[in-house]
Amino acid sequence: MRVALKTDNDLHLNRRSFLRVSAAAAGGLLVSLYLDLPAAAQEGNQAPPPKVYPPDAFVHVRPDGKIVIQVNRLEFGQGVHTSLPMILADEMDADWSQVIAELAPAADVYKDPVFGFQVVGGSGSIAHSFQQYRELGARTRAMLVAAAADQWKVGPDQCRTEASVVHGPGGKSAKYAELAEDAAKQPVPARVQLKDPSQFRLVGKRVRRLDSRPKCDGSLKFGLDLDLPGMKTAVVAHPPVFGGRVKSLDDKAARSVEGVREVFEIPLVKGTGVAVVADKFWTAKQARDRLKIEWDLSSVEHADSGQLSAKYKELARTPGNVAVNRGDQNAMDAIAAANRMVVEYEFPYLAHVPMEPLNTTIRFDGDRAEAWAGSQFQTFDQMAIAEVLGLKAEQVTFHTEMAGGGFGRRAVADSHVQREAAMIAKRLRGTPVKLVWTREDDVQGGYYRPMHVHRVEIGIGQDGMPAAWRHVIVGQSIIMSTPFAAMLVKNGVDESAVEGTADTHYNIPNFHVSAHHPTVNVPVLWWRSVGHTHNAFVMETLIDELATRAKADPIVYRRKLLKADAGKLHRALDLMDEKSAPWRTKLPKGHALGISCHQSFGTGVACAVDVSVEDKRPKIHRVTIALDPGIAVNPLTIESQFQAGVAFGVTQLMAKGAITLKDGRVEQRNFDGFTPPYIIDAPVAVDVHIVPNSEAPSGCGEPPVPVISPAVVNALAKLTGKRYRSLPLTAV
Amino acid sequence: METYKLTVNGQPREVTVDPGTPLLWVLREELKMTGTKYGCGIAACGACTVHLGGVATRSCVVPVSLVGSRPVLTIEAMAEDPVGRAVQDAWVSHDVVQCGYCQSGQIMSAVVLLKSTPKPTDVNIEESMGGNLCRCGTYVRIREAIKAASQQLK
Amino acid sequence: MRASSLMLRGMSVILVACGAWSALTLAGAARQDASQKSKAGASTRAGGLAAWQQVYSVLTHPRCINCHTATNYPQQGDDRHRHFANVVRGPAGKGVPALQCVTCHQEANADSTGVPGAHNWYLAPLSMKWQDLNDKILSSAEVCRAITDRSKNNNLDGAGLLKHHEEEPLVLWAFQPSRRIDGGMRTLPPLTHEQFVEVTRQWVAAGTPCPQNP
Repeated sequence: MRVALKTDNDLHLNRRSFLRVSAAAAGGLLVSLYLDLPAAAQEGNQAPPPKVYPPDAFVHVRPDGKIVIQVNRLEFGQGVHTSLPMILADEMDADWSQVIAELAPAADVYKDPVFGFQVVGGSGSIAHSFQQYRELGARTRAMLVAAAADQWKVGPDQCRTEASVVHGPGGKSAKYAELAEDAAKQPVPARVQLKDPSQFRLVGKRVRRLDSRPKCDGSLKFGLDLDLPGMKTAVVAHPPVFGGRVKSLDDKAARSVEGVREVFEIPLVKGTGVAVVADKFWTAKQARDRLKIEWDLSSVEHADSGQLSAKYKELARTPGNVAVNRGDQNAMDAIAAANRMVVEYEFPYLAHVPMEPLNTTIRFDGDRAEAWAGSQFQTFDQMAIAEVLGLKAEQVTFHTEMAGGGFGRRAVADSHVQREAAMIAKRLRGTPVKLVWTREDDVQGGYYRPMHVHRVEIGIGQDGMPAAWRHVIVGQSIIMSTPFAAMLVKNGVDESAVEGTADTHYNIPNFHVSAHHPTVNVPVLWWRSVGHTHNAFVMETLIDELATRAKADPIVYRRKLLKADAGKLHRALDLMDEKSAPWRTKLPKGHALGISCHQSFGTGVACAVDVSVEDKRPKIHRVTIALDPGIAVNPLTIESQFQAGVAFGVTQLMAKGAITLKDGRVEQRNFDGFTPPYIIDAPVAVDVHIVPNSEAPSGCGEPPVPVISPAVVNALAKLTGKRYRSLPLTAV
Repeated sequence: METYKLTVNGQPREVTVDPGTPLLWVLREELKMTGTKYGCGIAACGACTVHLGGVATRSCVVPVSLVGSRPVLTIEAMAEDPVGRAVQDAWVSHDVVQCGYCQSGQIMSAVVLLKSTPKPTDVNIEESMGGNLCRCGTYVRIREAIKAASQQLK
Repeated sequence: MRASSLMLRGMSVILVACGAWSALTLAGAARQDASQKSKAGASTRAGGLAAWQQVYSVLTHPRCINCHTATNYPQQGDDRHRHFANVVRGPAGKGVPALQCVTCHQEANADSTGVPGAHNWYLAPLSMKWQDLNDKILSSAEVCRAITDRSKNNNLDGAGLLKHHEEEPLVLWAFQPSRRIDGGMRTLPPLTHEQFVEVTRQWVAAGTPCPQNP
């Protein structure tokens, strides 16, 4: 599946027979015609102006009938490797059995149409590229039909297409493979006719993944599996406290390990480290273990979880920068103390720990470079590598490798892993170098979901509904030190820290939300569903408590409190209600029901869980989860994402689901210290139900994550009588 | 450096490495067999699972010096094995994989489970697959696929 | 009254112990050299109990007790936390298919990867549990009763217990447990293997007395 590109960065266009080669040295020029989204497209939710993507950069109809479709973002489990090509193949009327998907390299033409850079994140793959891939498919079809129509001297409207064949009047037919060369000479139509959804053959169907078999027989190569002639492997010794520097280095023992090639200090994004380059990974690791490094840790903050917790709790008692200020701020004071509650929540740092450890391979040749990485952020990573190597971005051919998970960890604005790799490649000019982060490097390497404290004061009305709500959120800003700050930080509030609360779909009057963003020497990053991870937990457990207090059914209460126009949430809630009704009223002794609903990334989700306590841990027997994602492009992918996404979400509840720091040092080393869910921790059975909806598709990758933790804990509350305000769940 | 004669997927292979080199890295870097994965290096995740003398074994913690004459079978050999094939087919028909990185290990464990317990119960599945980590969380479909493979092999 | 009958009982135990001791010295002539220095102490019940306390201090050290659990899992580490990766006891104390003890633990320590190993790595049977279900270590009296109960200890008599302490690979392992994955050496039991065997001998010679009170 990997594109074996040559060093000429235009070659990925030239090698295709279905290429429209325009006049001048034009592969590059052709691509550059379609560059650059106007800045306006990046603001708010306005639809970007219509853009014509060149089919030849996305589709290659091979003479043997195979249709190779480029996927403009990383495949790291979410299934875009299948669902994006489905969309294109459907509009194109391609024979699906002949479709091969490839992960596109970094190039302007593959930028996300809404974000304006090449990325996978924000659950935006289908949402942002649905229209784009439809048009690409329709455009390709139109050119194939035009080629056939020309040959047969008939009108295009006299032709129809099906399974990679154009059928003309009088029984004429021609295969796409036969027409490809002529089709390439056709003008690329600016406007195309898209299918009526009733004509979809693939979209909306449960289509199996294209990458299953090679992932089951060991043949699929991930970034870590890359092997190039002459390749060396590198590991880096990082300072034990973020930003520390090498004070002295004794590498004698390290260098004595047979197979070690180079040992040298390198600058990191913050601080310095020591790179060890060897013939093999094990050699490099052995050598690194023998390094004697004295670190200068004096000029950096030594973050400490205990101290941060106390500091955050103190901060939470004062209002922060205002995110939402709705209604009457004095309304709370008018509510009697007996009808007020003040609660405090605490959340730890979380590591992503995707199964495939971080890695990047780079070969630097002086005037150009080639890089291979499973990157969620190709545009930024390509630029960062170029910067380190003193090249222009377009001089770096950046291949997107299949990745073993990401959850946000492979989308880093400072491209720190790529920068390390580039530093090393620079030193070993001409030799491909694979940089590997061990699991220990990963667990201790930072870029965590930040720690948070929430302090919520609620005034409860006579009707049991919230009458006033004051909410303070404390946590580091993920966005502030990134290029996204201008877009996502407003009035000193990082939107990604308050999402799920500030944008709540509950009709809460006299609603005040503010945030503090302390600066802490711990790098932080978005973790699958970002701010919703903690905000949904707070909101959905509090709403549940209010419902219990009002002696109301948790579903009925939510329905009543939700805004009338929260269409997706209402529909998801209704569908979940319907599908869980047969079992949720018949729970065995020792089991309890937990309910939650939450909207994130445009998708409304509601779930019901059946939980008991086994071995002092929550045992999740069943989850019924309903979602409204607009058009469901591949209901099978969505079902998988939701069944597995709730298992992922259980990470927040795991007894060892926390990264903690003591005197600047991360206390956990590996999966023994930071332990994600295994099969016994995950729900045993999950049934997924999709609300039929013909609206534009919204996200499915992140939306299952926020709902599971509060639902489970709401069930536990019924079993134990306790309310859980602090994660992870060390004791039930 | 020492030379070791191994039998890998039925073939005699010879490698010259440091005796402490884990079997995992011998497979991946000396023999260029990358189907067996590195997930943690401390036997906590199971991505490195191979069959050593028929026993599911975490190759990241077994130094090549302790392998001896026990035959090694990796994921690359599972298609040739009736149980291996049934498991892979069930994995594909049930759309189990997401990122897929853990699945070599999951399949290697599932094959051993089914060879010893052809009709595993939910408890059997939970216990035998209990040490195989999947960050994507595909556990529900892993359970279904194991049961389907078990049916297929009846 | 009670005290004196206790004393009588005590004295008869001593007499028996002396007899047993004599028998052992006749049978175990080869071991005499090593036991010379403790002869005097071993021949009393008090000496035997003191020896037992030493034995107990080894048995309850993490290197031994981590596999003598009452639960369906082993422990690991000096803090005796539950073993990671959800490994379970299984029907024969050897784990379950695909997740056996030998899935990771080989015939010898894996020094390069930090996984301990010895021949036939497995959990002691539940009859040999030295902790309760809350992972709390049982008292000296309780452990002593358990390991001298022939219906629980694989029918071992004193000589059998001594041989077990002398020769069993998993026992020997506790004294050469090698390094952890983080590079640190695993802590050793409070006695060397030689000393452990010696105090076992003394205790056995004294008739494997157990303390009355926990």
